[in-house]
Amino acid sequence: MPKVIENVGCPYCGCSCDDVRVTVSDDGKKVLEVENVCAIGTEIFKHGSSDHRIRKPRLRQPDGSMKDITYEEAIEWTAQHLYKAKKPLMYGFGSTNCEGQAAAARVMETAGGMLDNCATICHGPSFLAIFDNGYPTCTLGEVKNRADVIVYWGSNPAHAHPRHMSRYSIFPRGFFTGKGQKKRTVIVVDPRYTDTANVADIHLRVKQGHDYELFDAFRMVVNGHADDLPDVVADVPKEQILEVAEIMANARFGTTFFGMGLTHSDGRNHNIDIAISLTRDLNKVAKWTIMAMRGHYNIAGPGVVWSWTFGFPYCLDLTKKNYAHMNPGETSSVDMAMRDEVDMFINIGTDAGAHFPIPAVQHLKKHPWVTIDPSINMASEISDLHIPVCICGVDVGGVVYRMDNVPIQFRQVIDPQGLLDDETLLNKIADRLDELNAQGA
Amino acid sequence: MAEKYILNMITQRAVEEGIAMEIGKTSPEYFDACNIIEMNEQDMKKLGILKNTNVRVTSESGQVIVKAVVARQTVYPGLCHIRQGVWANQVVPPRTQSTGAPQYSGFPVTVESAPEEKLKTALQLVQGAVGMWKEV
Amino acid sequence: MSELIIKNGYVFDPISGIKGDKADIAIKDGKIVDKVSAKAKSIDANGKTVMAGGVDIHTHVVGPKVNLGREMRPEDKLFRGSVRGGIVKQGKRMEMGFSIPSTWKTGYSYARLGYTYVNEAAMPPLMAPHVHEEIRDTPIIDISAMPVFGNNWFCLEYLKNKEIENNAAYIAWLLKATYGVGIKCVNPGGTEAWAWGENCVNIHDPVPYFDITPAEIIKGLIESNEYLGLPHSLHLHGNNLGNPGNYTDTLDTLKLAEGYKAKNKFGRTQVIHNTHLQFHSYKGNSWGTFGSAAKEVMDYVNKADNITIDLGCVTLDETTTMTADGPFEHHLQSLNHLKWANCDVELETGSGIVPFVYDKDSAVVGIQWATGLELGLYAKDMMRVFITTDHPNAGPFTRYPRIIKWLMSNKARLATLDSMKGKAKVIAATDLASMDRELNLYEIAMMTRAGPARALGMSNMYGSLAAGADANIAIYDLDAKKLPTDPELIEEAFSKTAYTIKEGVIVVQGGEIVAEPPNHTVWTKVTMPENTQVMRDIKEKFTKSYTVNLENYAVFDDHVYRPRAIEVDVA
Ligand code: SF4
Ligand SMILES: [Zn+2]
Repeated sequence: MPKVIENVGCPYCGCSCDDVRVTVSDDGKKVLEVENVCAIGTEIFKHGSSDHRIRKPRLRQPDGSMKDITYEEAIEWTAQHLYKAKKPLMYGFGSTNCEGQAAAARVMETAGGMLDNCATICHGPSFLAIFDNGYPTCTLGEVKNRADVIVYWGSNPAHAHPRHMSRYSIFPRGFFTGKGQKKRTVIVVDPRYTDTANVADIHLRVKQGHDYELFDAFRMVVNGHADDLPDVVADVPKEQILEVAEIMANARFGTTFFGMGLTHSDGRNHNIDIAISLTRDLNKVAKWTIMAMRGHYNIAGPGVVWSWTFGFPYCLDLTKKNYAHMNPGETSSVDMAMRDEVDMFINIGTDAGAHFPIPAVQHLKKHPWVTIDPSINMASEISDLHIPVCICGVDVGGVVYRMDNVPIQFRQVIDPQGLLDDETLLNKIADRLDELNAQGA
Repeated sequence: MAEKYILNMITQRAVEEGIAMEIGKTSPEYFDACNIIEMNEQDMKKLGILKNTNVRVTSESGQVIVKAVVARQTVYPGLCHIRQGVWANQVVPPRTQSTGAPQYSGFPVTVESAPEEKLKTALQLVQGAVGMWKEV
Repeated sequence: MSELIIKNGYVFDPISGIKGDKADIAIKDGKIVDKVSAKAKSIDANGKTVMAGGVDIHTHVVGPKVNLGREMRPEDKLFRGSVRGGIVKQGKRMEMGFSIPSTWKTGYSYARLGYTYVNEAAMPPLMAPHVHEEIRDTPIIDISAMPVFGNNWFCLEYLKNKEIENNAAYIAWLLKATYGVGIKCVNPGGTEAWAWGENCVNIHDPVPYFDITPAEIIKGLIESNEYLGLPHSLHLHGNNLGNPGNYTDTLDTLKLAEGYKAKNKFGRTQVIHNTHLQFHSYKGNSWGTFGSAAKEVMDYVNKADNITIDLGCVTLDETTTMTADGPFEHHLQSLNHLKWANCDVELETGSGIVPFVYDKDSAVVGIQWATGLELGLYAKDMMRVFITTDHPNAGPFTRYPRIIKWLMSNKARLATLDSMKGKAKVIAATDLASMDRELNLYEIAMMTRAGPARALGMSNMYGSLAAGADANIAIYDLDAKKLPTDPELIEEAFSKTAYTIKEGVIVVQGGEIVAEPPNHTVWTKVTMPENTQVMRDIKEKFTKSYTVNLENYAVFDDHVYRPRAIEVDVA
């Protein structure tokens, strides 16, 4: 008899939906059906029970081919290389549960290496802005229940967070928002006329890379300097700026959701910094909150876990053994790669091979490269060692942090069939490192 | 030869890319989803690029062959888009403004019609970049 | 099994009434016992002071707002921890952070001060799994956490309709769902109002939409607490925190307890614990006329034996303020213009974070500092008045030894006062300069272990050296018969214990961490008949308003680490 498992978490985007229904085969090894999830989510669960999944670690041979080895051998190989390396880097965690992220902290603290997560290339600039200006935010339920004005700025949920608008922001009927979309004003600021802009009431077509100026214009209006505004700012006409500023200032509860359009463009953290300043200004006249559209279902996790462990969310330098150090630009993965400072690379729960600019990949590839990931991807296909692990939310449960930092408890839906989860694997590597350190002392 | 004309490139997410990535980065779906450049029709005309033909995109840090299409999520003239992923990252400049985050969006590129060039697979590009690609 | 005996120390144990006499303390299998065999390992405490492990009744050490504080303040980090030295190989972890230490530093630091049990003062229920993850990663010290109820929609609705029984059933359900220990209430109604950018500034200021007053919320929560007979009382952070002239609101708040009696089997006597009273005891009507109302407030507290308080002493450091009082933090950032974090939590609560520099040369800061100490010095019953800094709000807990020094030494107080640029204003606006009371070690033991343990309803387990209690013990290098004339030596002795013992294991020796046994999560398990009305209400709110499914909301059992339940039966 197939089994139905309810309240399952979807391990894909930062919406971290926890209402998925999964039907699994009698033996608990196959996913038969997935309901309530969007198109992307479906693929994850299908992939989880695919026959093509790698179930054994693979070590690259001198002729370039990959050979199956045991987990014990893979753990030994990794620990030995970590022990020898002077500045190893472990990077990733876009799809790792918090238990795994905590174990990773232990590994790299023991090894004395660098530890970084995907935020470094996504919302890292948002962290920098938060360090400088704070973060007036809320949970997604506040948006659902209260928000009458919603701004998506440099974010495109129609593509990156498929259920964001229906579960949390535009469409749901919440406690004080019983009329749903009808009583909400949606504003999209984007250089493209995106599919999200298509459902908005107002689209501000900002000139790419000039968001800062547009924020500045809004701040001027909110602070009473509308008269000084030029006729056009960042391609947006003054009348439109005044109209939107008026809507913002009259909100009962407003939220700005910002994305990669701001963090990946010229200005980076400064774009977020001024977005936060605008939010602060708006709180003098209305109620406003702001939220980063975190990409993956638990990419908020490493920032949370490492903050309580080390006090820093990313770009950690643990090579000093006694204390942690963080200085993005100096200790960030891509910058270190480009300066060729790293002498071993562990890619975990992500695919640096596909998502780093290719010159960074070329530098990292000069040194031993381990990929810890459930899937075949670009990183696994150029690595010296590929260790497959459980997919969080499919073969193993655990705590994950949604984009609003709300912890969601994910469930296991199928039998891991011999695969190790990240936490177990990493703790074994740390145990072995402890032994090597003790012998070396 | 069309004239060289500087466009502003952005690389961002797309739902098709997300779905395909979960199917697998070596899958045909991923290939189809990510090796396209989305442009404004005026720019394509100006550059003598026909719809659905291959072009060479060149940035300060590399080049890549992709297929040119008219953007469904409209871009204004002068702006173009490649979905995030392997093809985009052949041209994304690794400079970070000392923040750790590369210049994924807002960098100058030239786009030239290159109908005779072949598209490469993801594996071919990445393994090729690190000297591991072997024709089979 | 393992036996230990601590010999010849000067023992201060208010629970068993030992007032500094020389006595031996025997330990077996992690508990205090009457005697042990001759084979017991012995510790010579001759010339030293022996107390039960310290109990912190109000601190912010684990959970989302503490952690956002860590995350947003990289400048709070470097070189503030003790370095790991040779202990790296035994697994001791890095210590990071000053005002908001990492979890490992938190555990180690409390242990070095001789504390073994602390109560996290504000857990947003929706975020409970986060709190428990941090408890897992905090070494040595036992931790309990109080879910916040004062702005919770269920409570606002039940209490508006005077449905105490339903409210109590909901509270019992939530304590289980979050593995929480008791009822915390922060700025009742005010944080819900803040979700619309407003506040409730006194106890009669109605909550928008819900149409209930803070006074009704507070009384309703007292009644619910006593209906259930929980180990701890309502733990209250009242309205109008931090503002000049707020002491009248504080007195109005405290008077709400009149006529209520504690009903419980745990030996608790109070019905309200009013936390960080310092922040609520101000005179004046502007920052220019700001002054201490410690005397007025303590005159009332001294008479009202159903109230306990903690001080919330200002330590004169740069620190990080954080509270579920969202409107207060917004107000604070409008005063000091530093970075500001806020997080409103759906249906439940909110929070804010703002760094703050308690600059001793600011007269207002000096007055706050004096006010906190005055509260302690005006107190009559030290079993009802506890030392805290509302860590990290008025300063980090690592400064407790300094507070103890100030309370024990007039010389130390005057020296600090003397160093302040606004000295004259501080003297004019407070009584401190004329107060020569100096607390003794027995009183300090009441204010730091015996008292808080009793107020938490846990003096059979914590804060006690009586047989049967957990063998949690602090041994200080302080000769109780010859206290040093230099007050700095008092601070030093309380900063690093000679020994800290946690459940019979020596965890600190000579101020260094030597072992880190796993800690416990302390929580309250209420058994009562199922309330179908409440269960229906819960289902409905999750279907309609929450963004997390009910089945994923309650903390999974395997996400709670080494739980230790206090059992309560409600017939
Ligand atoms: S919106 Fe995101 S989390 Fe939700 S089902 Fe789709 S991919 Fe999964
Ligand atoms: Zn507090």
